Amino acid sequence: MEAANGKVYGVHPKKTKDKPVKVYDESAKERKVKIGVIAGRLIVAVLLFIVWEVFTRVGWLDPYFWSRPSQIAQTTVQQIVNGELLTDIGYTSASTILGFVLGTVVGSSLGLSFWWSRSFAGISEPYLIILNAMPKLALAPVLVILFGIGFTSKVILAFLMTVVVATLSAYSGVKNVDPDMEKLMYSLGAKRRQVFTKVVVPSSMPWMISSLRVNIALALAGAIVGEFIASRHGVGRMVIYAGTILDINLVWVGVFVLSILSMFMYWVVVILEKWLSKRLVIIHTQ
Amino acid sequence: MSTYKLEVANLTKSFYKNGSETTAVKDTSFRVKEGEFISIIGPSGCGKSTLFNIIAGLMLPSAGEVKADGNNIIDKPGHVGYMLQKDMLLPWRTILDNIILGMEVRGIPRKQAVAKAMPLIEKYGLEGFDKHYPHELSGGMRQRAALLRTLLYDRDILLLDEPFGALDAQTRLSMQTWLLQIWQDFRKTILFVTHDIDEAIYLSDNIFVFSGRPGYIKTNIKVDLPRPRIPEMMTTDRFSGLKSKLMELLSEEREHRIAG
Repeated sequence: MEAANGKVYGVHPKKTKDKPVKVYDESAKERKVKIGVIAGRLIVAVLLFIVWEVFTRVGWLDPYFWSRPSQIAQTTVQQIVNGELLTDIGYTSASTILGFVLGTVVGSSLGLSFWWSRSFAGISEPYLIILNAMPKLALAPVLVILFGIGFTSKVILAFLMTVVVATLSAYSGVKNVDPDMEKLMYSLGAKRRQVFTKVVVPSSMPWMISSLRVNIALALAGAIVGEFIASRHGVGRMVIYAGTILDINLVWVGVFVLSILSMFMYWVVVILEKWLSKRLVIIHTQ
Repeated sequence: MSTYKLEVANLTKSFYKNGSETTAVKDTSFRVKEGEFISIIGPSGCGKSTLFNIIAGLMLPSAGEVKADGNNIIDKPGHVGYMLQKDMLLPWRTILDNIILGMEVRGIPRKQAVAKAMPLIEKYGLEGFDKHYPHELSGGMRQRAALLRTLLYDRDILLLDEPFGALDAQTRLSMQTWLLQIWQDFRKTILFVTHDIDEAIYLSDNIFVFSGRPGYIKTNIKVDLPRPRIPEMMTTDRFSGLKSKLMELLSEEREHRIAG
């Protein structure tokens, strides 16, 4: 890549008194790679849709089961226009977010509280592990019977899906608090409450934050399954309904909407994580 | 009324571990006058940290007394400034917020604490670093911050447990000089644990040589070098004399342990 004048591709020659110094512009290189990656991803998506559309038109894929992108788009527009889709998205999002927030707050508080009493933690731990291993979605029918087919049962399911992970994460954080940091605090004459607020909570933050990503997806799964069982609204209900009336287009609309919703929530949580980490100056490499 | 700043009398600490009893500190007594700089030197595992934990009020002794200004301080944390081996700066706090931690715990308003801390930060080599986070600082700087935190906790007695153990030789020497400066400026009573004979001689008025397992004070060596100390003293005959004496005592201790 070196030209006759000593110019190298991607390199800006910078003259000093005697020798030209090659300064690599790393950020420009990285930017190029990044743009390439994004372009590549888009191409893959577009290709997939084209293949899908063409195959169903030619008859290699049965459009009765597979529908086709153009029809799905049409149905989506219809659903948006008649307002049902947006109501369903709102309903599912609301129960997901509410369950997620409740689960995170309650779970984190519970996990942190284990710092106060080792016997409390010891008694709770096996139950938490069992709860964690238990497929909580199997409880969905019971919860719907208990709390009705309305909003509450969905929130509770989303909450149940998140609360255990949140508790265990906060508890790991508590268990990983450097005992010397606690010792330092006590040597400064700190009360337990001060050790808790000034050391235990901030030190456990990275653990609690790392559970958010997993939990948002779990909360959404909880809300959707709740809607599957019995509901009047929600994207999950829409998918089940479409399935029973064999409206494959609508099923696919539901699948896409849920994927986008899930990705969007994940993305929001990632941004939230970054913001929290920055604000709290969490150093993972310690 | 006692004339000693710190008195430790017949202190013993035994642990039960795996069903058998281990004695970490055995029948140890010493007295420290106000403003003295004492080093404690001895083989690793000789109970120096146990001794510090007891003086700091973080651990109960099996027997014995610990008094500061004539008052019992057993099981009473917060009467001495204690600096642990690691700097233990809280990574999520800036240097300034770390340094004022002790005052914060005591409930001193932040404004007042900052006003007290800033001049020290500037005077003792951390100028411009108050808003930095610990991971942005070098090992020496972090130790400075940790010591300033201990200092600003404002106790007459400071316990320093191998504060410079992890630093390279160059940094170590400049930190020693820096510590002497602080000690002279504030007239604190210092107990300093170290493994480094040169460091002990260079800094101290007295050196307690500890025997290992169970730990007790074997010898008390007076360092009769003039103050203020300067690094050039490390090459004088008097310094070498003390050094060979200490080395002999410590190697005896090692042989004793191997034989035992």
